[in-house]
Amino acid sequence: MTSVDYTRADFQTDQEVRWCPGCGDYTILASVQMFLAGLGRPREEFVFVSGIGCAARFPYYVNTYGMHSIHGRAPAIASGIATTRPDLSTWVITGDGDALSIGGNHLIHALRRNVNLKIILFNNQIYGLTKGQYSPTSEVGKTTKSTPFGSVDYPFNPVSLALGAEATFVARTLDMDRNHTQEMLQKAYEHQGAAFIEIYQNCNVFNDKAFIQLTGKEERTHNRIDLQHGKPIVFDGGAKAVVMRNGEAEIVDSSSVDPGAILVHDETRPDPSIAFALSRLSHGPYGPTPLGVFRNVERPTYDLEVNKQVDAAKERLGSGDLNKLIRSHGTWTVDANSNGSA
Amino acid sequence: MADEIATADPTSTPTEELEKLVIRFAGDSGDGMQLAGSRFTDASALFGNDLATLPSFPAEIRAPAGTLPGVSSFQVQIADFDILTAGDAPDCLVAMNPAALMKNLKDLRQGGTLIINTDTFEERNLAKAGYESNPLDEDSDLLKGYRVIKVPMDELTKEAVKGSGVSGRNVLRSKNFFALGLMAWLFHRPTEPTLEWVDKKFAKLPEVAEANKSAFQAGYTFGVATEATKNTFAVKPAALRDGTYTNVNGNTALAWGLIAAARKADLPLFYGTYPITPASDVLHELSRHKNFGVRTFQAEDEIAGVGTTIGAAFAGNLAVTGSSGPGIALKSEAISLAFMLELPMIVINVQRGGPSTGLPTKPEQSDLLFSLYGRHGEAPLPVLAIPSPSAAFEMAIEAARVAIKYMTPVILLSDNYVANGSEPWLLPDVDSIPEIEVEFATKPNGPDGSFLPYMRNIDTFARPWAVPGTPGLEHRVGGLEKESISGNVSYDPANHQLMTDTRAWKVANIANDIPPLEVDGDEDAEILVLGWGSTFGSVRAAARRARNDGVKVATANLRYLHPMPRNVDEVLRSYDKILIPELNTGQLLKLIRAEFLIDAVGLNKVAGEPFKVTEISEKIMEMVK
Repeated sequence: MTSVDYTRADFQTDQEVRWCPGCGDYTILASVQMFLAGLGRPREEFVFVSGIGCAARFPYYVNTYGMHSIHGRAPAIASGIATTRPDLSTWVITGDGDALSIGGNHLIHALRRNVNLKIILFNNQIYGLTKGQYSPTSEVGKTTKSTPFGSVDYPFNPVSLALGAEATFVARTLDMDRNHTQEMLQKAYEHQGAAFIEIYQNCNVFNDKAFIQLTGKEERTHNRIDLQHGKPIVFDGGAKAVVMRNGEAEIVDSSSVDPGAILVHDETRPDPSIAFALSRLSHGPYGPTPLGVFRNVERPTYDLEVNKQVDAAKERLGSGDLNKLIRSHGTWTVDANSNGSA
Repeated sequence: MADEIATADPTSTPTEELEKLVIRFAGDSGDGMQLAGSRFTDASALFGNDLATLPSFPAEIRAPAGTLPGVSSFQVQIADFDILTAGDAPDCLVAMNPAALMKNLKDLRQGGTLIINTDTFEERNLAKAGYESNPLDEDSDLLKGYRVIKVPMDELTKEAVKGSGVSGRNVLRSKNFFALGLMAWLFHRPTEPTLEWVDKKFAKLPEVAEANKSAFQAGYTFGVATEATKNTFAVKPAALRDGTYTNVNGNTALAWGLIAAARKADLPLFYGTYPITPASDVLHELSRHKNFGVRTFQAEDEIAGVGTTIGAAFAGNLAVTGSSGPGIALKSEAISLAFMLELPMIVINVQRGGPSTGLPTKPEQSDLLFSLYGRHGEAPLPVLAIPSPSAAFEMAIEAARVAIKYMTPVILLSDNYVANGSEPWLLPDVDSIPEIEVEFATKPNGPDGSFLPYMRNIDTFARPWAVPGTPGLEHRVGGLEKESISGNVSYDPANHQLMTDTRAWKVANIANDIPPLEVDGDEDAEILVLGWGSTFGSVRAAARRARNDGVKVATANLRYLHPMPRNVDEVLRSYDKILIPELNTGQLLKLIRAEFLIDAVGLNKVAGEPFKVTEISEKIMEMVK
């Protein structure tokens, strides 16, 4: 494989980036462009597909192939690309409304099928482009333009949802943490099959400081649980730890348990139950919340299996013959000279 | 043993030669009538008759046994000349139970032959069918005027399959073969094709094969032995054009046409879809032919079906999605996106009775205006329609040609009559089918090595097709309005006007690249019967009938509904009277009136069945009176 020397600028387009000043999307865009430059793979190998929403403008700003499509359908469109073109690296850029409301069905099926797609969900817990309605990840009680008396709508936990759909790669990161974001992008890229990354993304206009518990200087030291494969899950400077009790993940004072009882994170565990339990430690970014890779397992990918069947059929039957095909149901011949049919 | 029946001698009964013959098999949906009908059809096809079929089945997989909603039927017309429809009224009806008799007897022509399985005519079944008394009773008038052959098929089938190894409830599953055997005798059908088919089909279930062959033989010999009728009937092979034929239905021909189109374009074929009656058989057929490089994608819903298709089109495939009315409605938003992206793809709509779930297994042509106008925004797409089962092959290739050459989605209309009906197809020389030229962009087309995704071809106004993976042509497309040439997002008012006009003009210009509307019939006709899609056969047959009555008639079938061929206006203005028969409430009629200010007359029917030839011929007579 040839490696190409790129800088971030090679993945920028001549289009003016039009997000609100201070939007978390800028940071994510920079992280993605830096990550792509670092890979050294030719630009033409990448396709970014998005739906509708603030995040969905993303492909216009990345100098690869791209499609800004319709609301919620990006995973379906990207599945058509990835299934027929396993040589490409196909990415989906989506938001909490796009992926979890109108496009929920496509999301879970893309993850279940394990199509080789990298799905990046920008979760800002609000509808930005339509100017501030609550979203399927907004907390109960949230007062917005469409919920002046507070939302009574119970939210999704996107990581739990992805694990429930048996996604083979599930991770969570933060817009502000570029290094962590790039690390997650790299792992998703290396994963064979569908990868799902939830990025907590600040909307400073309609939902500012939604993630302050994880981004605030003081707060993050207490609340950020960094999942690291093969390591015991501890946080808050080692003061807190995660243990499994009665099938549930639980936060305890480290001093109150035997160090051997602390859960050692294993992202490759075939059964998603413990990963799911970890995702339930928080239902949103309101207290101690795990970041990092929840799950990273191997399963046959849809695109490769589909193409294997095509190759196997060609191998077995030879490349199809049109003449044989249209004669496959039996034929008869009319020849006036021989007076009738044969 | 079963193989010997081909030598049984039916000649002891006198034979009457017929020019044409309409037969209907009717029974419970579990009785295997579709199979019996299609076997009879294939035997007739191989014998050399011209033919046309009309299967009719309930929307339920198994409606309660013995009930009227559970009746399934298969009608076939065979002839020694080129026929155009499956026939109006059967000459022979096979009724496997009282419900089948109740539902179908009204269609049997007076004096027709009625073959009845008497074993099912007991109280419970009679009640389910709504008979107050048994029509088989000596004193019943219900069957007067028909030639009735009463056969205890259950008993005779049981007897016949003894020793085959099939037992219990499975025994009676062979009774359709008994009926088929009897029909083979009565109508001089060759038996070998059926016996060979059984052996092949049930190769892995030898006892079932044996039972079916034994039942078939028993039916045949029942005819010979009992001389069930005063005479038997024969229909000679038709004097069709020289060539090799196969019997094909519309869904199969459509699938084969898509495969051929992909070959001719040298592109991999992608079919993204969601199962829906009556389009699913296109998926089934395509999924069998992966060795042609076909990838089928059974998506999670209709929207994903078209979504994956858009992705596959962007990625450089011959991309196709297929559905029926309700599914197309769900795809509507995405089809507008595809139009905006100017990507080549085919959208197949196998129409059925609507609205909503409507009549899922019945034909209707009620999605014409929906196909033309059922999108948000100004999104005129090419719309093509398939006139007959075998024509689906060439129309699929034509749809692909238009889509690729003009970089646009194309809507291809079929309907349940075309999809499930079958007819002999004079096989084309596939090598002589023209290649479909595909010109992928490979080099920058703008200043300083830039790529301009909306820089159009000067003749077709198609934009370049630059597929991911091509170095130097990285570009972004999307649903937001694009600036002409550069493809950048643009909210400029003049640009939106320009792009809207350009997209419409590009599609309208296809009129210069399609054959003119062909008119068939009398030069100095006083009336033109104009149809589109599956009314093709009934319209032509009706014109023949009217001609026999001394009327000068012309007919035409519109394969291109948008844009229409350039000569349509001229053709329409050559006739004093124009009749437009449609299986809807007047959609083409409305279009013709609106576009050409011509006061055509409609003949409209939405009864879940195709036109009877007489319905159209009577209307012609009424109009020329």
